[in-house]
Amino acid sequence: MTTQDTTTDTRPLARLTGVSRRFGDVVALDDVSLDIAPGSIVGLLGPNGAGKTTLLSLLEGRRRATSGRVEIFGLAPDDPRARQRLGCTPQETGLPDTLRVSEVLDFVAAHFDDAADRGTIAAEFGLEPLMRKQTGALSGGQKRRLAVALAFIGNPRLVLLDEPTTGLDVDARHTLWSALRRQHERGATIVVTSHYLEEIEALAERVVVMGNGRVLADDDLAGVLGRVGLRRVTLDRVDPERVRSLDGVVRVDDVDPAAAASGVTVWVRDSDAFVRSLVVSGAPFEGLAVRRATLEEAFLTLTSDADASPAITSHERMSA
Amino acid sequence: MTTTTRTPRRAGAETGSPQPSRLAAIRRAARLSLVHARFNLLETVRVPIAVIGSLVFPALALLFFVVPQRAVADDPLFATQAVISLSVFAIMSNGLFGYGISIAENREKPWDPYLRTLPAPGIVRVAGLVLATGTLGLVAIVPLVVIGALATAAEASAVQIVLGFVMLGLSGLPSMFIGMAIGLTFPSKAAIAVVQVIMFALAFGGGLFLPPMMFPAWLDALSRFLPTRQARELVIWAVQGGSLEWWAPVGALVSTGLLLALVLVLMRRDQGRRFR
Repeated sequence: MTTQDTTTDTRPLARLTGVSRRFGDVVALDDVSLDIAPGSIVGLLGPNGAGKTTLLSLLEGRRRATSGRVEIFGLAPDDPRARQRLGCTPQETGLPDTLRVSEVLDFVAAHFDDAADRGTIAAEFGLEPLMRKQTGALSGGQKRRLAVALAFIGNPRLVLLDEPTTGLDVDARHTLWSALRRQHERGATIVVTSHYLEEIEALAERVVVMGNGRVLADDDLAGVLGRVGLRRVTLDRVDPERVRSLDGVVRVDDVDPAAAASGVTVWVRDSDAFVRSLVVSGAPFEGLAVRRATLEEAFLTLTSDADASPAITSHERMSA
Repeated sequence: MTTTTRTPRRAGAETGSPQPSRLAAIRRAARLSLVHARFNLLETVRVPIAVIGSLVFPALALLFFVVPQRAVADDPLFATQAVISLSVFAIMSNGLFGYGISIAENREKPWDPYLRTLPAPGIVRVAGLVLATGTLGLVAIVPLVVIGALATAAEASAVQIVLGFVMLGLSGLPSMFIGMAIGLTFPSKAAIAVVQVIMFALAFGGGLFLPPMMFPAWLDALSRFLPTRQARELVIWAVQGGSLEWWAPVGALVSTGLLLALVLVLMRRDQGRRFR
């Protein structure tokens, strides 16, 4: 799954070593170690509150770690020189309402020694017809595109995007994704957080799954999909013990035999294979329903897995 | 790849170890400060009513508080000092409100944390704000001077007025820094209340509403520790000449230095206001 990157310099662009961050009693990040090697698009996947945004804010130099070490380009992130090659994006599309699109681009570009051409970036993110508009007059999708474009105006080597397509419709989302892929082909390493599996599938090569402030899995896309891409099957009037022994069953949510009559939830990797083997087994059942597990549900199974066995990590392989 | 050592920051350009790029770093910080100031002003000017408010307020105060009192208005010395006192007041309230409230509000918006991710030392944002809001504050003095010249016996030569403006700008720095410190410490609703209390304390205590010669001795002694009192004496000295007591410039320098240090520490420590 690794891309054929041409960069010879494979030192990590960003590195977290044993990083924890607390907000009062809440542990947002719990002893996280992570390397971001040049060349890939890394998806940071996890439910709300998993610690994704906190992790990015540490890399951006906006917050400091409670313990552990954070580096970007070998420097502390609160050193402005470290951020010369870093591209970030404002959250919640918060832009200064009264400034024009062209002015916001110029203002941000002025901070970078080797800024990209404004016109090129505007064309790339479809902002050309909007250059004279004040940002307060933009639609949600247009604001989002401008916010993401700002991350690329400084010709960054590393770009951090926090939920870049939240609130966009399907078309706008696909437009933004292809712009991101083109920027990646030009050499930018991108870290993108999302709680949409679809978004991560469309963009990422390496996926880091987070939950409760910890890294649950760090693998290539296929590896993670194998773990998170679950189906949820519900059945009535079935014997949970017979279901549990069938192929590809990850977990059966039923312990109390008395509840068996009312329904059983089964988490499986391949619902087609499961249904076939269920039918072949001759076990009686009623009211079968299948749907894709939401990420939240997949994470729950993943988290209970992770408690039993250590999180899979293979970033040595990925960063090579 | 030995990366654990913290390299000196550009923020305190005067303290960093000597390195060839130091001058370039200072020049870059200065250029970026101007960029920040330009866009700050642009943002403000796009909402003209905000500018008009700060332009009109000091002039109205002069019209209502000084012009009708002919005992003051007809005396060249007192009238000039009254115009100067209100100018110091205008600069101070501009500094306290302009920074205290706008910084507190900005910290609650997502644009401010984004600015912190840009490769610029913290001093750039301070300097940009100082230049932008300071420029507006000085512009607000112009109608005050015009009304003072037309409707009172206040007098000053062109050179004295220019000197007065320069001194106003310099001696207004402490109140700007107080405003920034408030903005960096309190959420915006609290900042409004704190700014109002501090503004009146500084204005009365500094002899901007009532001249200090009417103060009892204890209040006069206390007043000398206030940056507004120091600013008043400095600007009066710059415009009218005469003797300047040592505590005014020394106090102004000390409070400017201390407050700037406080603002930089607060900025470094600030990690934005977040709701959890």
